[in-house]
Amino acid sequence: MFRNFFLAFEWTSLKEVWQYRELFFFLVWRDIKIRYKQTVLGVLWAIIQPLSTMLVFTIFFGRLANLPNDGIPYPIFYYSALLPWIYFSTSISLSGNSLISNTDLVTKVYFPRVIIPAASVLAGVVDYVIGSTILILMIWLYPETGFSFAILLWPVLLAPLVLFAISVGMILSALNVSFRDIKYTIPFIIQLWLFLSPVIYPASMVEERLGENFRFLFDLNPVVGIIEAFRVTVIPGRSIDWGAFLISITVISIVFVLATLFFHKAERRFADLI
Amino acid sequence: MTASIQVDNLSKEYRIGRLKHETMLRDVLVNFAKGKFLNREAQSTFWAVKNVSFTIDRGEVVGIIGRNGAGKSTLLKLLSKITYPTTGSINVQGRVASLLEVGTGFHEELTGRENIYLNGSILGMKKHEIDERIDQIIEFSGVEMFIETPIKRYSSGMKLRLGFAVAAHLDPDILQVDEVLAVGDAAFQKKCLQVMDDLRSGGRTVLFVSHNMEAVENLCSRCIWIDQGKIRQDGNASEVIRAYMSSFSSLGSAHMDLNKLESRIGSGEIRLTSMEILTTDGNLKEIIRSGDSLLIRIHYYAKQAVSDPHFGFRLTSQVGTLITDVSTWSMGLDTGRVPQGAGEIDFEIDFLNLMPARYYLTLWIQGVGSIRYDILENFMAFDIEGSDYYNSGRGISSNFGLVFFPCKWTKPRLLP
Repeated sequence: MFRNFFLAFEWTSLKEVWQYRELFFFLVWRDIKIRYKQTVLGVLWAIIQPLSTMLVFTIFFGRLANLPNDGIPYPIFYYSALLPWIYFSTSISLSGNSLISNTDLVTKVYFPRVIIPAASVLAGVVDYVIGSTILILMIWLYPETGFSFAILLWPVLLAPLVLFAISVGMILSALNVSFRDIKYTIPFIIQLWLFLSPVIYPASMVEERLGENFRFLFDLNPVVGIIEAFRVTVIPGRSIDWGAFLISITVISIVFVLATLFFHKAERRFADLI
Repeated sequence: MTASIQVDNLSKEYRIGRLKHETMLRDVLVNFAKGKFLNREAQSTFWAVKNVSFTIDRGEVVGIIGRNGAGKSTLLKLLSKITYPTTGSINVQGRVASLLEVGTGFHEELTGRENIYLNGSILGMKKHEIDERIDQIIEFSGVEMFIETPIKRYSSGMKLRLGFAVAAHLDPDILQVDEVLAVGDAAFQKKCLQVMDDLRSGGRTVLFVSHNMEAVENLCSRCIWIDQGKIRQDGNASEVIRAYMSSFSSLGSAHMDLNKLESRIGSGEIRLTSMEILTTDGNLKEIIRSGDSLLIRIHYYAKQAVSDPHFGFRLTSQVGTLITDVSTWSMGLDTGRVPQGAGEIDFEIDFLNLMPARYYLTLWIQGVGSIRYDILENFMAFDIEGSDYYNSGRGISSNFGLVFFPCKWTKPRLLP
């Protein structure tokens, strides 16, 4: 029974998502258009958000609290982690609320529902790209850092983050249909998650202060491996901790499969519950 | 003929009660803590669709009729895969377009053109198909002037036309339409029917849910009547519609007590209480014949004073064609302030020029700005008996149409 479910799921669903790929792109396109049309600041918003957060972090966590910075200037230390983090947190927040904010689509038309949370995540990539150009500018401004081929890894590092954001988005959006208080839980989840991820502090600090065993637990959060890898690309002479990265990829793959199964089971009732 | 849609033993069960809407995770957790995972007592269920089976062949145009809440829309949602059946199976062959509303997914911030792409794609069109048809769609919509304007600046009529223009250019094998015709003005509705008629001529399968019996009768060869989630009747459109219409109302008598009628719409500040059909000299008229004159006396009760209510009288044929809807408003009669209490109003018909057949009567009271006070839709059926109005000895019958009127033939004359 379970095996049948699995097989049926794999073929018909994957084929269907592929059939609806154009709708998927249209929804991504719509989300991007709306994002920049609705706000007065438009595209500027994609720059202001990480820059202002970086500034606050630099002043308070850097200059005041004097947290370790892996030997690079605070602005770049924070900005390089905030870029993937803001992309991830914005994505799961938009994606988590995507189904309930597209009620008319869910109740009036048929298509594989996964398109909706996935489109929200994809639309954020534009912000990410715009934010990256600022990072390039900063590398150029700070002689302590330096360009290396490592920045070519940015798109590669983004891929698992997108997949993970889609997975989390699928789970949250599906729960959001059944339980309306999930909506209010999402900002809280994001806040906790920020502290559990090496944005404000470097991952090395966790190992130093809390020990190696704790470090392993810490690495189970897939965001850790990715953010760390991302930050390392701007630190001269350091290379990516592929071990931690591999843990991230493994956890993401498992979460993705579970999220897909969960979403697939839940989507049958979306139109009735929403 | 190949089957286009095949439905076997389809059923859909809905849960009602606390778990249906706005469930909070909090509630589940609290219940869980109390040791009961699901709050079973709150889960009563009902079957929106129950054991429905039918086959629709390619090229058939089928109407689905039934009262509000009978399960028509649920059936359409099941067929378009929006909701999943509890049991049973659906097999659909071909590309389906479901129009459950016009302009699904329109976004206020996007321009008309952008919304055409978005909506078209949502309804299942490929991008290259939209590219090919975009000029036609824009022309058809009649909003060329504003096509680059965000639709938040559009009137609701313009949005409707734009949405419909996209829908009209879908090219599905199977089209499922739900009550799209309920919105828009007469010209818009006519356009809708035209498009569906074109699809029919093009050999497409059309499934049409509507309350507009006349439209169903005109468009559909076959009709399925859904009642309480089950198929009540499936067959020739005219026959099914006739049966459906007659289920509404029992055959009336010359005196009708309207107090007990439950299927009424309206806020009830003023209500219809009874009705009498009288002869012109004031006796109850049990038999109505073509060409008769009669007087309809309507009694009402106003719970409070109502200013200028409009009283209306509507006749519908057996297949739902609207024959007439006359009211104090359309005839320019000002009813003034109707004080609180019981009252009566007369409606006189000098000459009932309807062919003998069965008819349905609707009485209504509405107010300024279309407030509905009391509407008794098709609450009574009555038969008009034949008469020999033309004194030909041949009588008149429904074979000759719906209405007759004072008229005269001359003898043929040979031209000199």
